[in-house]
Amino acid sequence: MKTFRAQGVGVVDSLYKAPNQKWSLMEKLFLGLTPGQYLTQLFRNPFNWILAVIFAVGIPMIIGRFIFGLSWVTHSSNDYPWGLFLGFGLFGMVPLSSSGFQLGTTCELFGRHDFEPIERLGLLNGLLGYFFAVCFLMVDLGQPWRLPYPMVVSFGPAAVLFLVAWHVATYLSVQIAEVSVAFFEWIGFPAGKRGIKKITLGLTVAGIILSTLHQGALGALFTYAPGKVHPLWYSASFQWLHFFVSSLPGGLCMVIVVSTIATKTMGWRCDERWNKTLDKLTVALAKGASMGLATYLTIKLIGIAHDNKWEHLATGWGQWFMVEMFFGVVLPLFLFAYAIRNNLVGLVRFGALLTVLGVVLNRLNTSMITFNWKLAEREIPHWREVIICITIYAIYITVYRFILYRLPILYEWKTADELATVPVNEKETPYQVAGRTASAGTYRSMTDNLSSNSYKSMDDVT
Amino acid sequence: MKRRDFLKGCLACGATASVCGMSKKAWSAGSFEGYPEAMGVLVDLTRCIGCRSCEAACNKEQKLPEPTTSFADQSVFSEKRRPTEYAYTVVNKYDTQKGPVFRKIQCNHCNEPACLTSCFVNAYTKTKEGAVTYNGKICVGCRNCMIACPFNVPGYSYSSAFNALVKKCIFCHETRLKEGNPPACVEVCPQEVLTFGYRKDLIKMAHERIREMPDKYVDHVYGEKEVGGTGWIYLSGVTFDQVGFDTTLGNEPIISNVKEFLGTVPMVLSIWPALFTGFHLLATKNKGHHDDHSNSHQEDSHK
Repeated sequence: MKTFRAQGVGVVDSLYKAPNQKWSLMEKLFLGLTPGQYLTQLFRNPFNWILAVIFAVGIPMIIGRFIFGLSWVTHSSNDYPWGLFLGFGLFGMVPLSSSGFQLGTTCELFGRHDFEPIERLGLLNGLLGYFFAVCFLMVDLGQPWRLPYPMVVSFGPAAVLFLVAWHVATYLSVQIAEVSVAFFEWIGFPAGKRGIKKITLGLTVAGIILSTLHQGALGALFTYAPGKVHPLWYSASFQWLHFFVSSLPGGLCMVIVVSTIATKTMGWRCDERWNKTLDKLTVALAKGASMGLATYLTIKLIGIAHDNKWEHLATGWGQWFMVEMFFGVVLPLFLFAYAIRNNLVGLVRFGALLTVLGVVLNRLNTSMITFNWKLAEREIPHWREVIICITIYAIYITVYRFILYRLPILYEWKTADELATVPVNEKETPYQVAGRTASAGTYRSMTDNLSSNSYKSMDDVT
Repeated sequence: MKRRDFLKGCLACGATASVCGMSKKAWSAGSFEGYPEAMGVLVDLTRCIGCRSCEAACNKEQKLPEPTTSFADQSVFSEKRRPTEYAYTVVNKYDTQKGPVFRKIQCNHCNEPACLTSCFVNAYTKTKEGAVTYNGKICVGCRNCMIACPFNVPGYSYSSAFNALVKKCIFCHETRLKEGNPPACVEVCPQEVLTFGYRKDLIKMAHERIREMPDKYVDHVYGEKEVGGTGWIYLSGVTFDQVGFDTTLGNEPIISNVKEFLGTVPMVLSIWPALFTGFHLLATKNKGHHDDHSNSHQEDSHK
């Protein structure tokens, strides 16, 4: 892609290819390249070859799982009903997807519009994380075609999982609505965008409620197994808080990690606003994550103190617990503190990666590694289980990239107004185009028009 | 006008969220002692000789597949087995200071079953006869019940691609218990290890046996109180932890652990909408809500 850009190929960032000439849908899908050029860049990217190998091996295995049954692909057993699909796929991916509601809240609810350049990435990260967590779940369920049963056929309202099912389903719809703004811009359907804008605040508040509850509920699922989860990872009173609070830094740090990868691997897609603000926003996100981590560390300690479990720290399990806490919580906390103080963005990113890994390790520990700690045998995942996990994750990455390449997530969509003020020859080199003052001005007038002054008049009233 | 729109939006979403979450919870009623007419089985471990005829009877009654070795084969005692999709009950052998003790394992048919309370489609039923039954027609296969069961009882047919189900002892509910008959294992037992009757009578009987022969039994009826009480209760001559029982379970039903979380649900649902809408109004007060849009270079980026 970089090569094509150097050759002066225009990039899709507005409805119009040239004055009075719209991009067709096919052109938009092909990123403004001809099919030939598109295929060339597709084959030139070595990462695509890696993906191709993963899919070639993994997709037949996913199909095989539905033909030969779960026992063909997993070592899930009567003692260890949940393996990697849930331990990693569901419990690991959902906390990393809390970014959607957090950035939505920051921008829309607290009115911190300085976070706006990264808001859409947060929302998309949330949506995709949830969607693929559900995909993992579908592979793991014994009868996945019955997934809608808790909604329509039979209700088990006393079950925590019932709450998870309803909330994840509702929240997925909320997130689709939130992300659809970018889609409406891209497809050219301003009415849809206006509609969503009107209910943004409602969606955001619903997002907070649903996220608080189901992030917590995933933790509360383990309170059904008080004797099976190791005491250090278990707390009847705080389990849901541990899961909820750790999901906060998890989601923010996931956005830092993804934004880093996006900037490094698809620089052509990032606009000037993104490039200019990313470092500052990364540090700002890390501040939020540090608070989350500090809170998490505190309630983890309170959890241990509350049930007086200190003696477990002296065991082998306790050492493993301390490894998790040190590399996943304490070390990132120090790294963040040092990096934020000295404005070292690279170090912040490394800390974010550690935090993400720490959260995933915590979920794996709770659901698999220390689960059934009283039993002698540990479950080692089947090699096919590992490959299927990698495959689904690769599909996740592919879809993620597909959307980032196209929808205005990493860049701002230019409206007709704005284009009119920009000479055509400059449009082809958008890096220099978006003179900030100009774009900010037009953007403001655009949003004012779009939101039909709703907030303005509201503020006038108050 | 616009303000009303926005409040409506909040209300609509808040309402959706609460409707979704409403029915749950509030199950904080006191502990359930079991149905008065519930049946149970008293298992006297001191009488069991490990003949495995109960396993054979169960296999036949529930039409389970033939095992690889016959039920007369004593070599299975070399390992500790658990109920599986192929065997709803198993007998294990434990070497204790009082010699070998055999213990039959099957579903204990709890008064407040963890499997039932963890199931999001309500596939489990605690019948008035005391059995915990399972409806395979609505089971989604999440296997949360297997996570929840404190006795590690439910098995799962992982090998089935199209009809994978939980498999466990259902107290012979369909074929026998409904008519008031004892389950197959009880009927076949040659040593009268198993006594079938009303649970409340069995508890009295168990305590009577302990009183009559305090030297023979440890003074504990396992399952009388454990996890809220179980339909199957046990007497033993050695302490229960020596024969594979989990003695750390406590007397609270498993659902009690979950109630703290369930209690927070209505609070979050009712308080959050107003709280966060309030935050919003405070945060954007005296601030043209959209005026600083894309004005991303403001200095203070403290979160």
